[in-house]
Amino acid sequence: MDIHEYQAKDILSGFGVEVPPGAIAYSPEQAAYRARELGGEKWVVKAQVHAGGRGKAGGVKLCSSDTEIQAACEEMFGRKLVTHQTGPEGKGIYRVYVEAGVPIDREIYLGFVLDRSSQRVMIVASGEGGMEIEDISAEKPDSIVRSTVEPAVGLQEFQAREIAFALGIDPALTAQMVRTLQGCYRAFTELDATMVEINPLVITGDNRILALDAKMTFDDNALFRHPQISEFRDKSQEDPRESRAADRGLSYVGLDGNIGCIVNGAGLAMATMDTIKLAGGEPANFLDIGGGATPERVAKAFRLVMSDDNVQAVLVNIFAGINRCDWVAEGVVQALKEVQVDVPVIVRLAGTNVEEGQKILAKSGLPIIRATTLMEAAERSVGAWKNDLSQATRVRAVK
Amino acid sequence: MSILLDRDTKVIVQGITGRMAQFHTRDMMNYGTNVVGGVVPGKGGETVEGVPVFNTVKEAIAATGAEASLVFVPPPFAADSIMEAADAGIRYCVCITDGIPAQDMIRVKRYMYRYPKNKRMVLTGPNCAGTISPGKALLGIMPGHIYLPGNVGIVGRSGTLGYEAAAQLKELGIGVSTSVGIGGDPINGSSFKDILERFEKDDETHVIALIGEIGGPQEAEAAEYIRDHITKPVIAYVAGMTAPKGRTMGHAGAIISAFGESASEKVEILSAAGVTVAENPAVIGETIANVIRKAA
Repeated sequence: MDIHEYQAKDILSGFGVEVPPGAIAYSPEQAAYRARELGGEKWVVKAQVHAGGRGKAGGVKLCSSDTEIQAACEEMFGRKLVTHQTGPEGKGIYRVYVEAGVPIDREIYLGFVLDRSSQRVMIVASGEGGMEIEDISAEKPDSIVRSTVEPAVGLQEFQAREIAFALGIDPALTAQMVRTLQGCYRAFTELDATMVEINPLVITGDNRILALDAKMTFDDNALFRHPQISEFRDKSQEDPRESRAADRGLSYVGLDGNIGCIVNGAGLAMATMDTIKLAGGEPANFLDIGGGATPERVAKAFRLVMSDDNVQAVLVNIFAGINRCDWVAEGVVQALKEVQVDVPVIVRLAGTNVEEGQKILAKSGLPIIRATTLMEAAERSVGAWKNDLSQATRVRAVK
Repeated sequence: MSILLDRDTKVIVQGITGRMAQFHTRDMMNYGTNVVGGVVPGKGGETVEGVPVFNTVKEAIAATGAEASLVFVPPPFAADSIMEAADAGIRYCVCITDGIPAQDMIRVKRYMYRYPKNKRMVLTGPNCAGTISPGKALLGIMPGHIYLPGNVGIVGRSGTLGYEAAAQLKELGIGVSTSVGIGGDPINGSSFKDILERFEKDDETHVIALIGEIGGPQEAEAAEYIRDHITKPVIAYVAGMTAPKGRTMGHAGAIISAFGESASEKVEILSAAGVTVAENPAVIGETIANVIRKAA
């Protein structure tokens, strides 16, 4: 789960990481008022969206008066911010963070990630702050300092000092840097983060170390023990279909194609998408309905997939292991009676009792296209979609 | 014997009183697995599916001589159960549970390193379908009847995709020595490399099939290991060619977040290591059959 910059800064400052003074605002008037509260002569107005690359996309504005703040906000509020991380649809701006301007001497990149190779938390730092980490790795790989943390004892001071010296930070600031690193590590582990990124971490003209930006991602599997983090969930930043799916316990990712997929198991779901592509089609979504394919889950899945207007055919691919195919087939038939599906439906069942399952589908009287192998299912889906397309354009034109 | 488990391996089920756990305990027994007991704190003394329930793993081992365990415990408590098994002296543990916090698994892995390698428990999963040596024993939730006994060793992240591969093999009359699910989580007990090492030493395994997916470094690490240490033919399939970058595809670990983690990059790395790659999931069985024919 992602949270906003101002929320991450609030969390991190609770762990001893210094941040510039700032305030959240939900309207242009509020932003101007809060800037006055903060005082000073320069402010930065930052769009709060769950994506990086805001600066280049016009989501960060330096202002030096009330009128400038109002004007910057008028441009942001209600708009969709499109950055290289949001996709073409962008993310809505409904709140801005107003922050006091800071004189910057040096910018540092600082990231904490779950390193899957060492199976530990890894600190990634570079003196080339302000650049994206992907660009740093491509252009200045030698500037990157990496250090993994022994989970039994946590981040030790010497380790944090080593990073500070490797980055060439003024020895007078070592203690501050150690505090910053240890604060981030504690926030990461105590709150079950999967990523903490401060880019840039700046050294100011008056020799302070401040987090100028902050990003935190949390482990969805650990949210059960952090209700205070769940409170930060912002559905305005999520794809509405994915939010709906998540609320129903289904795993869904929307894509650009037009063949909807309903599959049990994540690996098989990805494999099904790949086969559709190979057969000349484009998958509309990833959808894993889980190991058991109960009629309720299948019906929910159909509703979800059909809520995507681009879907012109639906491929159901269920490998019934413990569940029997006849039972899954009953579920599909029941779901199709409950949910209105006006596009071709292709069903491929495999596993236990497959013949009985096929019989139930055939006897249902529903216009289900059946397939036995994965490849056949994908080919029939693409065929049905292409065939349906010519007819559907006529029907939809009449509507 | 086959890798990891055999007909005689004594098995306990942690969390045996749960509805799903009971169902699968019965299923494993029907397959022939030697289930000797279960562990549920506070339910010691009860009987489930004809086997005794104990309060602790230590008690269960003392009374039954159990060597392997299946963890069927809800996510908030699963890491604790795995560590209990490791401490009590279980030799092989399969964790089925999906949804364990990543940092709990970091702690589990660190905890297991307390023990010298020859005494360290082997863990596969979490978030996996389990391990089966067809015709001998099943430690997990997979449908036993889709596997024929034979000489192909399968190791994969995904449950149902593994079933798909086994069913394709059965269709072609090809059997499996052992199939191991390493699970879909970012931090797992055993990697591809760990299982490959076992298949290389296993006389019953002649050919190895690796079923990977997007995300993480383990397919690339496996490729390097195959190039340098594996003499048996290896076939691979990697799911997720059409998966977008930066999105979690069902499995917590199925996310492309770094260089080398996409399906096409993994395919390239595996091919370069001499692995025969099945281009699509529909031809996994066929690709394995071709390799067997060539090797014969």
